[in-house]
Amino acid sequence: MSTRAISSTESDVYPAAVSLTDVTAGYGPHIVFKRLSLKIDKGQFAGIVGPTACGKTTLLKTILGTHSPLSGTVLLDGQALNDIPRGIIGYVPQLGSVDWRFPVTVEEVILMGFYTGKRIWPWPSMEERERVHDLAYRLGIYRCLGQQISNTSGGQRQRAFLARALVNNPALLVLDEPTSGVDIKAQHEVLHLLGDINSEGITILLTTHDLNAVASHLPWVICFRNGLIAQGRPRDIFTNDILTRTYGGDITIVRHEDYFLIATGTPIHFSDGDP
Amino acid sequence: MIEFLLEPLEYEFFWHGLLATLMVGASCGLIGALVILRGMSYVGHGLSHAAFGGAVVGFILNLNFYAGAGAMGLLAVLLINRITRSGTIKLDAAIGIVTNAMFALGVAIISQVRAFSQSFEAALFGNILGITEGDLLLIGFVSLSTLTMMFLMYRPLLFSTFDQEAARVFGIRTASVQLIFSLLLTLTIIASMNIVGVTMIAATLITPAATARLMTDCFSRMLIYAWIIGGITGVAGMYLSYIFNTASGATIVLFGASLYCLSWLTNFLHDRYVLQNHLDGKSDFVQTTQHQSVERNEAGL
Repeated sequence: MSTRAISSTESDVYPAAVSLTDVTAGYGPHIVFKRLSLKIDKGQFAGIVGPTACGKTTLLKTILGTHSPLSGTVLLDGQALNDIPRGIIGYVPQLGSVDWRFPVTVEEVILMGFYTGKRIWPWPSMEERERVHDLAYRLGIYRCLGQQISNTSGGQRQRAFLARALVNNPALLVLDEPTSGVDIKAQHEVLHLLGDINSEGITILLTTHDLNAVASHLPWVICFRNGLIAQGRPRDIFTNDILTRTYGGDITIVRHEDYFLIATGTPIHFSDGDP
Repeated sequence: MIEFLLEPLEYEFFWHGLLATLMVGASCGLIGALVILRGMSYVGHGLSHAAFGGAVVGFILNLNFYAGAGAMGLLAVLLINRITRSGTIKLDAAIGIVTNAMFALGVAIISQVRAFSQSFEAALFGNILGITEGDLLLIGFVSLSTLTMMFLMYRPLLFSTFDQEAARVFGIRTASVQLIFSLLLTLTIIASMNIVGVTMIAATLITPAATARLMTDCFSRMLIYAWIIGGITGVAGMYLSYIFNTASGATIVLFGASLYCLSWLTNFLHDRYVLQNHLDGKSDFVQTTQHQSVERNEAGL
């Protein structure tokens, strides 16, 4: 049922960053995906694409351990989810999942990354504060550390969440639709930043609806629709056949040198008299 | 003025009531801050009704008032958690089902055994005159426990309140945090029942916290402000109820609502003033706030 357009570089000798074997997941009697086997290599920068309600978020939740699979095994770095130490996974949720009127500053949001540690005192230690300032400086949000989260832009909020995910030096960074809710410039900046983070050896897995952003920024793509359709490099994966099987309907792919433009359906033609 | 304030303290019932309202008001304010941020405002209302049903059931089983109310409150928390676990039934619906059924049980028993209906008037509407030293000890214990637990659980509480899903991924046991918080809320409600009454507890929880929210955009400051405003509301409401000879619970709630209105009006006038200055070109609001924020950052280094 699933096709691998290109064999990945995973090795059977070294454990993959993420390994799912025969995993079935669902809610009550409703099965979202069945007997899924998927490996994501260490150091990979992969994007999961697929239509709405195809099971992308359920797949992410299964990997993160917040949704228990009905059967199968999920291993992170060769270990069961219950055995991995805290902080090994960094997570950036969807921007829309949070109440932005909540009374916290950008600095407090980033500090939350430390809140799973053993420190009981509410106020941050000097080391925690220094780490937050270093990360904020690196991600370009140093100047808005003292600002209310409600007074920041979508791009700044995304970076604050990213900084929070990075405070514990995670081995795996998981992002749920980091390109939604931000403008095209912020989208490019966030993906560029993720590329830099990935170059330091952190495995990155994200979901997105933006195929063009995936085509231009990500080295690896996983097409998903209630199961694995295909995975590989965008230039090999983004074909009419695979994208039609993933999304259904007509998909048009325009290629120019290393650039892609992916569109769906037929264009709307306006007559000269239309406003 | 001093004599006027000290005069009612000659009566033992008054300073008992004053201590009780101070502790209950402060605890309700502190817990209430998290109640409104976690979107649980209806929980306080519901749990107080469940606890009332428990107190009535406890009475016919010859149990202590607090034992019956506490057991039913605890049962309500566990049932609500169980019903909402799958996500099919949402929190507000689960509260409606569980707590109203428990309250209805209490009302049904009272209507059947009319002889003791008077005994529960205090629980419904509050009775500051009957505060015993035992009540004060219990309220003191609950207040101290709440304060201690909120301090010890500050970090997981803040993270799970702001972003529950991420908190879970980061390793916080959000279900345990929710359960402990619900238990603290239940304890606070049970300790407050005889002071402000079942019908007024929700307002005692929510109003000081909502006032504090209008005063600050900082989480820790909101908790402290809500704690202080709750305490002040309790004491001031107690004095006013003595002066005007009105029901203490109702007076406390009315005083709290007045503080909220005052805070809202101050905010409204401040925003209008800033907007007017901006429109008149006297100041650039956006630039000013950004500048202040940069200054704060640099000062914090």
